[in-house]
Amino acid sequence: MDIFQYVFMQRALVTAVLVGGLCAVVGVYIVLKRMAFIGAGISHSAFGGVTLGFLLGLNPVAVAIPFCLAVALAIGWVSQRGRIPEDTAIGIFFASTMALGVIFVGISRGYNVDLFGYLFGSILSVSSSDLWLILGLGLGVIGIIVLFFKELFFLSFDEEMAKVSGLPVTGFYYLLLTLIALTIILSIKIVGIILVSALLVIPAAAAFQFTHNFRTMMLLSVLIGIVSGVAGLLLSYQLDLASGATIVLVATVIFGLCFAFSPKRRRWWVRAVQ
Amino acid sequence: MRLWVSSMDIVKVESVWVYCRDNLVLKDVSLNIGTGEFLGLIGPNGGGKTTLVKVILGLVRPDKGRVEVFGSSPERLGKKRPLIGYLPQRNLIDWEFPASVLDVVMMGRYGQIGVLKPPSREDREKALQVLERVGMVDLAQRQIGQLSAGQQQRVFIARALVTSPKLLLLDEPVAGVDAATQDKFYQFLGELKEELGLTIVMVSHDLAVISNYVEKLACLNQNLHIHAPPEEVFASGSLKKVYGCEVELLTHGLVPHRVVEKHKGGS
Repeated sequence: MDIFQYVFMQRALVTAVLVGGLCAVVGVYIVLKRMAFIGAGISHSAFGGVTLGFLLGLNPVAVAIPFCLAVALAIGWVSQRGRIPEDTAIGIFFASTMALGVIFVGISRGYNVDLFGYLFGSILSVSSSDLWLILGLGLGVIGIIVLFFKELFFLSFDEEMAKVSGLPVTGFYYLLLTLIALTIILSIKIVGIILVSALLVIPAAAAFQFTHNFRTMMLLSVLIGIVSGVAGLLLSYQLDLASGATIVLVATVIFGLCFAFSPKRRRWWVRAVQ
Repeated sequence: MRLWVSSMDIVKVESVWVYCRDNLVLKDVSLNIGTGEFLGLIGPNGGGKTTLVKVILGLVRPDKGRVEVFGSSPERLGKKRPLIGYLPQRNLIDWEFPASVLDVVMMGRYGQIGVLKPPSREDREKALQVLERVGMVDLAQRQIGQLSAGQQQRVFIARALVTSPKLLLLDEPVAGVDAATQDKFYQFLGELKEELGLTIVMVSHDLAVISNYVEKLACLNQNLHIHAPPEEVFASGSLKKVYGCEVELLTHGLVPHRVVEKHKGGS
């Protein structure tokens, strides 16, 4: 295909593969541990971080990283204390950090054109330094998951029992929140703050329809994540649509198919044939 | 590792008070459990049974009082942690989770294996050996949601046993299991107890059935009401105090019969 003669398109493609795969791996924990709302909360809080970057005249992503990590750990801390239910805590952080972002945009005077790219993604504007950041941090996230694979597996299944076995469960919970926050920030450039939580949840949820095995679920999820990223990118280019939104919609269609044809359910189409 | 001195009490709970938020859950509870005991912990829902188990496990820290398990505070068991096996309530488990029977039993060993180390062949063999003992080795690759409730119970017993524990804590182990399977389960538990030299604490609200198998009963409703062999508990009428109402008992003797306690002054 001749579209790959453009450097920006080559970069976009590599980014789609990296981010699609990374989100799909982290997404498995999010889906199994029922943390989808945490994902949405952290990603929306990135708005506050990115706009703070604009306000300070610094690299928005560089500011968003500590900002999102702080919010992620704060959500974890509040919900671990147990005084406020987790979803309530997320709801509060979610809205307040976005409100903060709106104020930051106002103070930094006027509408910033770049902001739209952070809200809805701009995969075609990925620079080579963006790509290196995604590659470096992304490999770091995957490396940590590989190192603590069995602990994260145990934690996702049965946190209480993991604690009884003597694992530092609270530490691993914060580690997982950190990995989620990093993944979200790396993905913002691709699908945007609003849509990134979809990329975390959908591939893993689709993979779950087809397997009873954790490792298989992980592999399938990565496959679906990468296929969604690449197919969405090409489709958006061909049809001249917003790339982030197209990637999410392709993933949604794949999920719909997986759900309909899931062997875990009695299949309506098998019964219809019989 | 120092060997456990068998003449001592395995669990010592001394005047423990626990508040959850502002509600009093455990009120001045003291309980000693000796080696080889089979203790049934009964009481109404919300009476604090699960909380007491969690206190012994170190999952809940008492607001007042002292707890010792194998001579250490439950949070600082260190190398003695594998000596405790635990079976949580079944409604706390995500049965859809993509984990096989073997995966679940292996998890029981993760704490011992240590962080950053993969499970060894020895861990796997031990897991399979325990599954063999509970009669579930043929289904080792089956996903946990695709088993009957009785089979699921055996898998989680296997997970509790995979560290070779000396103390087994079971929270409502027979909930959701049919009566015939329940009886089988209690018998199986008795066998395991003899075979492995276990001390067992079993939480249940099914006080009638439990009384046929356990050696001691403790009734918990904030306070720990009594701590005695089952017959004494029934004779003393303290069940009424715990439940605050008339209790219907079905005891399994040689001839199963029904005992209905009457209100005082009733005919």
